[in-house]
Amino acid sequence: MSDPMDFLLLTKGPLFDLAITVFALGMAARLLEILINGRRPNYSEARGGQWLPGLRTVLTRSVPDPGTFKRAPFNVVVGWLWHLGFIVTLLFFIPHIALIKSLLGISWPGLPNPVVDLVTAVTLVALVATLVHRRTHPVKRRISTLEDYLVWTLVFLVVLSGYLAYNRIINPYPLALGLHILSAEVFLIVLPFTKLTHIFTAFIARWYNGASFGRRGVES
Amino acid sequence: MRVFEKNPLEKGLAERLREHGVSRRGFLKFCAATASMMALPPAMIPAIAAALERARRPSVIWLSFQECTGCTESLTRSHAPTVEDLILDLISLDYHHTLQAAAGEAAEAAREQAMRDNHGNYLLIVDGSLPGPDANPGYSTIAGVSNYAMLMEAVEGAAAVIAVGTCAAFGGLPAAAPNPTGAVSVMDLVKDRPVVNVSGCPPVPMVITGVLAHFLTFGRLPELDEYHRPLAFFGQSIHDRCYRRPFYDKGLFAETFDDAGARAGWCLYRLGCKGPSTYNACATMRWNSGTSWPIEAGHPCLGCAEPRFWDAGGFYVPLSVPTGPAQDYLLAAGALGAVVGGVVATSARGRVKAEAAVRQPVTVEELEQKL
Ligand code: SF4
Ligand code: SF4
Repeated sequence: MSDPMDFLLLTKGPLFDLAITVFALGMAARLLEILINGRRPNYSEARGGQWLPGLRTVLTRSVPDPGTFKRAPFNVVVGWLWHLGFIVTLLFFIPHIALIKSLLGISWPGLPNPVVDLVTAVTLVALVATLVHRRTHPVKRRISTLEDYLVWTLVFLVVLSGYLAYNRIINPYPLALGLHILSAEVFLIVLPFTKLTHIFTAFIARWYNGASFGRRGVES
Repeated sequence: MRVFEKNPLEKGLAERLREHGVSRRGFLKFCAATASMMALPPAMIPAIAAALERARRPSVIWLSFQECTGCTESLTRSHAPTVEDLILDLISLDYHHTLQAAAGEAAEAAREQAMRDNHGNYLLIVDGSLPGPDANPGYSTIAGVSNYAMLMEAVEGAAAVIAVGTCAAFGGLPAAAPNPTGAVSVMDLVKDRPVVNVSGCPPVPMVITGVLAHFLTFGRLPELDEYHRPLAFFGQSIHDRCYRRPFYDKGLFAETFDDAGARAGWCLYRLGCKGPSTYNACATMRWNSGTSWPIEAGHPCLGCAEPRFWDAGGFYVPLSVPTGPAQDYLLAAGALGAVVGGVVATSARGRVKAEAAVRQPVTVEELEQKL
């Protein structure tokens, strides 16, 4: 690897292929395993439906209830802020849409770049705030594992490198773009094997919970 | 343009320009253009004029190796009297395959004489890449001499080397995979002389002459970037100076070459524009004596001034799209992953069943006895 352009082409070519392979293999295996295993057969008589409570729980567990909000407003607000920011940037930045289209063949309208830029900046600040909170909050600090920090670092690096590349703060641009792509690739490779999997499993889990409550006739 | 002419070194530039029918005013205009293209303040104009008037015509030897002559075409495709013409009047182009009248042995003799007479002082310009020292020299020769041997011999007495065009600067199309001739760039071979890369396929003519003007004015080469390209011309990306940038920022993109967006002049990113990763002067200097430039003509930038632009994925594929067969890998790996997941899940179910079959039920009484 002799220069920034070589580096960019390495990240856009072989490294991307590797990352997308590991990601697709790992993620498909895990998802299918979860779906096939499903739940133990329940021989008791169902007291209620499953679908509706399941879907309702997907919603209710996603929106914080007032009690949670009162107890931990920071977690709720900042958590929402950066999750939303991450999703908006990932799915509505035009170059990302072009990439998704090349992989999956589907696309949708994007957002103007300055909007995405602002959202990215807010996401970065929110991410830093979560780290500070994690390090200063006595309970959170105790329950944080090495994996938590690894995941935080990866998410932060992906967003930060994207921000630096778009605003051309690192030069030359091929180096900046290459660093962004590389960090996204590490993110993709690690995703199926860490708690980052929740990107795909969070809603399945919520649905399972709600459905099992519904079956038992418990209010979800 | 006078090529292969005995140098009238005693003649001042002013006199030579008058002979060409260029007025003092025209000359100062040229100096102003030179100052602005070298990103120098207007206060420098008189200094440039004075320096150029005093300038002695340096001998220039132009070697063409594995190239398409596009760079020379670029240099000569301009209307008189232009900066390009004036610059060519300021140098003594002693050897240039395409432009010189002499041919065969006479041409080679002229090169050798110029090299002898100006040893240590001439400027060596190279366009085209060349088969490297390990490649078969027969892929490209001139008068029976391999490109490599000719370059190395000419570099010996050169004050500086200017690699004109992306082939000379970075290997260019001849070096495209699988690089059958083992093409390398000038920079790969010349380590003991300053090398300036004027990249571009072809380079903007004013950039070629701008570098020459800089050398003539200041007696040294301009400041360079990490790719040895003059910063004055390659300091900013095409994207930074593109007049379609407001559309990029607003998220307005042409999707095809003839849709409403294309007609309205929207950004060409989705049509494969490599402007964001390309550093060149097209957006500011434009082509054909400032008439227009590719993006203004509705075509995305190919990234022609960057190393490996030839192998960097499709010209009409957006910059953010991977260059490899990622889509196939995604599908294949997804399918394989599904199989792996299925096998793991089924074997887990099987284990549960097997264990259930041999389980030994425990009664409450037994448990209580154990307590
Ligand atoms: S046309 Fe190309 S260089 Fe111009 S703004 Fe769009 S992406 Fe940038
Ligand atoms: S617009 Fe891009 S591809 Fe076209 S000449 Fe300029 S740098 Fe080369």
